[in-house]
Amino acid sequence: MIRPDKSLLYYPRMPATWWLRKWSYFLFIVREFSSLFIAAYLVLFLVQLYQLGNGAAAYSTFTNSLKSPGWIVFHAVVLVFAVYHSVTWFYTTSIVIPLRIGGKEIPRAAFTAINIAAWIAVSAVVFGLYLLQ
Amino acid sequence: MPEPTITLNVSRYRPPDERVPTSQVYTIPYRPDWVVLDALNYIKDQVDGSLSFRWSCRMGVCGSCGMMINGEAKLTCSVFLRDYHPREILVEPLENFPVIKDLVIDMSDFLDKLKIVKPWIIRETEKPTSEGEYLQTPEEMDAYMGFSACINCLLCYAACPIFGVETDFIGPAALALGYRYNQDSRDEGSNMRWNVINDHHGTWQCTFVGECSVVCPKDVDPAAAIQRLKVDTAKHWIRSVLLPWGKRA
Amino acid sequence: MMGEALPNKKSIEPLWWGLFSAGGVVAAFLVPIHIVLLGLAVPLGWISDAPDIFGHWFVKVYLFVFIAMPLYHWAHRFYFTLSDIGLKSFRKPISFLTYGGAMMGTVITAWILLRL
Repeated sequence: MIRPDKSLLYYPRMPATWWLRKWSYFLFIVREFSSLFIAAYLVLFLVQLYQLGNGAAAYSTFTNSLKSPGWIVFHAVVLVFAVYHSVTWFYTTSIVIPLRIGGKEIPRAAFTAINIAAWIAVSAVVFGLYLLQ
Repeated sequence: MPEPTITLNVSRYRPPDERVPTSQVYTIPYRPDWVVLDALNYIKDQVDGSLSFRWSCRMGVCGSCGMMINGEAKLTCSVFLRDYHPREILVEPLENFPVIKDLVIDMSDFLDKLKIVKPWIIRETEKPTSEGEYLQTPEEMDAYMGFSACINCLLCYAACPIFGVETDFIGPAALALGYRYNQDSRDEGSNMRWNVINDHHGTWQCTFVGECSVVCPKDVDPAAAIQRLKVDTAKHWIRSVLLPWGKRA
Repeated sequence: MMGEALPNKKSIEPLWWGLFSAGGVVAAFLVPIHIVLLGLAVPLGWISDAPDIFGHWFVKVYLFVFIAMPLYHWAHRFYFTLSDIGLKSFRKPISFLTYGGAMMGTVITAWILLRL
């Protein structure tokens, strides 16, 4: 293979802000950062469980603080990212592990819809179990 | 009535006199049935013979004429002027590759990567011709057919920001071809591809941005191929850890 | 030679990716409803709090998976995203903070659940 003279080549440099150049790149970064919001939520939930282990008084002080507008907004924001994670995760799953029915891959949109239906069912079960405890 | 015109803003790079690309504006007659490649050939023949670019078949088969058109990786033989007129068209060399001259990029790095994934059928022993062909069922053919249409046009590399950040990444087309041969029932060489595929610069570097599959003119879907390689590699890894003494089929 | 290039057993990236995937599934199916229940519905008074539920051992097992797995999901995505947006040269320390953080989170989760 004939290789060009490296000293004459122009090497473009990718700016660190490449993800601002295209809407699809931006959505990719949002998808990746959703994991950070989810982790932050889980850490807060861990603190709640920790306070529960410290006794009823500590627990109710903590759960009362969760009623503040700040924490409500925090949970609302995290919920948006969590739902975005769910939807994108189900769509990418349909690409990574295609569902075959009768030897044929079913359309990705259909598999995504099946997963979303399962997600809603699981959520309903968790909700029901929590109410019934 | 004056003849309608269209303006092309074309990236120029002329070493050793120029060390960074500049741009040059060409205003040429507008023909709605022309593709961008026709416009570039008009410039080369009628306006400025010094403009350099690659092209060959003019029909989306050879994969030579990939460029950035208004920032999107495209085969210039497949995008019509009428989709942009009367706006200006920005023509740049494929992103993420070193530029040799004007719109010509250096693809030798890709050719090296292509070679190390061994994109050909590997057999432990070749069967003599007298025994006939290697037969496949329609299902066995479906397993790889969609991934075998690659024309090495490199649009997927130009669209992949991960390759832009880390050029050691084996990248979409080469990995998709590795997957294509791993999936082929006639092939027995997947063990020889694992070390390349199961490397930090192999499949694991990919974070599934998915743009490679969006820009692919042949609908190869390299993003799907790479994620499925991850699944295969993870399964293979689990077997090799759980059964270190056993068969690692 | 055939068979001489088996998967690089030293590479543990398949393990991290497997944990990332499992965590992604857990997060996708369960995190939104948990936020709705415990982050919004209970604090806003729509439903009453039921902390006793966390005492059951099977709920503890469930919560262990629910909390620990998505931490690996975060670790993997965050590690790669930070490299992708320009912190490539700090890959080593970032990998300690992310994957190490997830492992520490796993231990802390187990400890907090066991003392309930």
